[in-house]
Amino acid sequence: MSEVILEVRDLVKEFPVRGGGKVHAISGVSFDLHEGETLGLVGESGCGKSTTARCVLRLIEPTSGEVVFRGRDVLKLGRKELRKLRADLQIVFQDPYASLNPRMQVWSIVAEPLIVHGMATKEARARANELLELVRLRPEHANRYPHEFSSGQRQRIGVARALALEPDVLVLDEPVSALDVSIQAGVLNLLEELRGRLNLAYLFIAHDLSVVRHISDRVAVMYLGKVVEIGTRDDIYNHPAMPYTQALLSSVPVPDPPVERKRKRIVLQGDLPSPADPPSGCRFRTRCWKAQDICAEEEPALIDRGQGHPAACHFAEELQVVP
Amino acid sequence: MAAVLDIKDLEVTFPTLEGRVQAVRGVNLTLDPGRIRGVVGESGSGKTVTMLAALGLLPSTAEVTGSVRYKGRELLGLPPSELRKVRGSGIAMIFQDPRTSLNPVHTIGHQIVEGIRIHHPEVHRKEALKRAVELLALVGIPQPDKRARDYPHQFSGGMCQRVMVAMAVANDPDVLVADEPTTALDVTIQAQILDLLRDIRREKGVAIVIISHDLGVVAGLADEVSVMYAGRVVERGTVDDVYAQARHPYTRGLLSSVPRLTDTRRGPLTSIGGGAPSLLALPKGCAFHPRCSHERPNCRVDDPRLRRVGPVEAACHYAEEMGPVGADVS
Repeated sequence: MSEVILEVRDLVKEFPVRGGGKVHAISGVSFDLHEGETLGLVGESGCGKSTTARCVLRLIEPTSGEVVFRGRDVLKLGRKELRKLRADLQIVFQDPYASLNPRMQVWSIVAEPLIVHGMATKEARARANELLELVRLRPEHANRYPHEFSSGQRQRIGVARALALEPDVLVLDEPVSALDVSIQAGVLNLLEELRGRLNLAYLFIAHDLSVVRHISDRVAVMYLGKVVEIGTRDDIYNHPAMPYTQALLSSVPVPDPPVERKRKRIVLQGDLPSPADPPSGCRFRTRCWKAQDICAEEEPALIDRGQGHPAACHFAEELQVVP
Repeated sequence: MAAVLDIKDLEVTFPTLEGRVQAVRGVNLTLDPGRIRGVVGESGSGKTVTMLAALGLLPSTAEVTGSVRYKGRELLGLPPSELRKVRGSGIAMIFQDPRTSLNPVHTIGHQIVEGIRIHHPEVHRKEALKRAVELLALVGIPQPDKRARDYPHQFSGGMCQRVMVAMAVANDPDVLVADEPTTALDVTIQAQILDLLRDIRREKGVAIVIISHDLGVVAGLADEVSVMYAGRVVERGTVDDVYAQARHPYTRGLLSSVPRLTDTRRGPLTSIGGGAPSLLALPKGCAFHPRCSHERPNCRVDDPRLRRVGPVEAACHYAEEMGPVGADVS
């Protein structure tokens, strides 16, 4: 496999709560991202996937842990160095309506990172036109404002801005969730194409498991602030070993009526526990059909228990759930 | 079998400062007793407006024409007091965001009781509360007698949606309209709510209209499906027929543009070019022609009507020429 470009080790983020106590948003998240690969980070709301993304970029300061980018610990960098680093590590946000300044023309949105990093305005403007072409938007529309574009086009503008400084890693936080399906396909195709052309590595955060399967080389599944299973795309989708991953995959509807009717689903009982007061031991045990006493006493390590990839379950066992 | 809900030639127009927005353009939709019909389409296709118009829930500025019959009785033009009797007791609706649909300052029990007593003022409050607790139990809320005294903020999103279902079926309606009932929910919670809707149909025999943009949700729940585009039904049939043998290029495009959980192949997805048209200035002829890979000169002039093609009905001049789903790449 290619070289590791981004290493995340034991990342922890706790938010203080008024009146004492803490929300354990992420509790010891570790993963590697290799050059030119896509790592999908999946999980349901509140599992900490967006917090992880923001901590990696230091958009919020993690409580503890390490984020190593090309051998340098991101969390120890000063402001100036951090700014330089952000040229190599960029983010695309979910909402293409909220993430673009409505009062800026599109060329200046895309050129802003270049100008911030010291490029002359004239040069930056020319480069912005190239970037717009790269994401298949017409440079003649560079003088328009965000509201003149559709949601899919806006997301392309967000991608162009993120690519302006020629980063090596793009963090994509739910980049297609706000888009209609017919538009989503175009943006996914564009992302795939750019990754190949520019040799980018993607940390692709999404709750849609079908999208993640399509775009990822490897996948990490998160539950309540922890990575509970990680492996190649085929490991996770064809050989899931952690009960939560299995339940998650079996819940995703597929657009095929006969298959959908016959499918056996694992329907979980109850709701996600509060991250302010996570269960002891395995955090999934309160909803798990395999739970035993040991699950409350001892947290299962994220290790390979004979399934060929790490899964955080004392009773890890492969189960076919994708039809 | 007489349809329990029969919508005919429904047109909805909103006059705005920029012009007239043609949100719904001649929609026909029938629902037989105890059946589930999916209404699929992307944002702005008119699926929600169709159902809101049918229930008389649009603002008074909306111009609505056509016919909406509930058990043979015309609902359009009914005075508000009469319409209110139908809504809630005959036809109930649940919405996408259960939290904004519940009143934060009243207990869950109080809100269900209110729904029962509006339609049945003769039912004593105590009796109604007992019924509310039974309903909460029916929709799978643990400790229903205790939970009836809780407020909406004490419930999770999935639990709030269960409460909405309980309220909706409180007066034994014949029709339940569910507008994107699981879109705001996580996928494991979505599975719970979809199971609940299947149970409710089986136990109560209620007919359901499920509005969704998610082709997977409709595949697993519905018997029939109507696909909407730019205010029209462009294709309809049984879910099996439409998903396997769609004849409208838009339906076919939708089906092949979604990444599937079961898909092992990588490589580009088939995407539909362009974007949805403005409802202020719809293209002449077929509204889909600017995005269609099968477009020919007459598509820009003649607006195709919905007609039977093989096992389905499709509104496309060239529906007969379509091969297997997934064969055409734009």
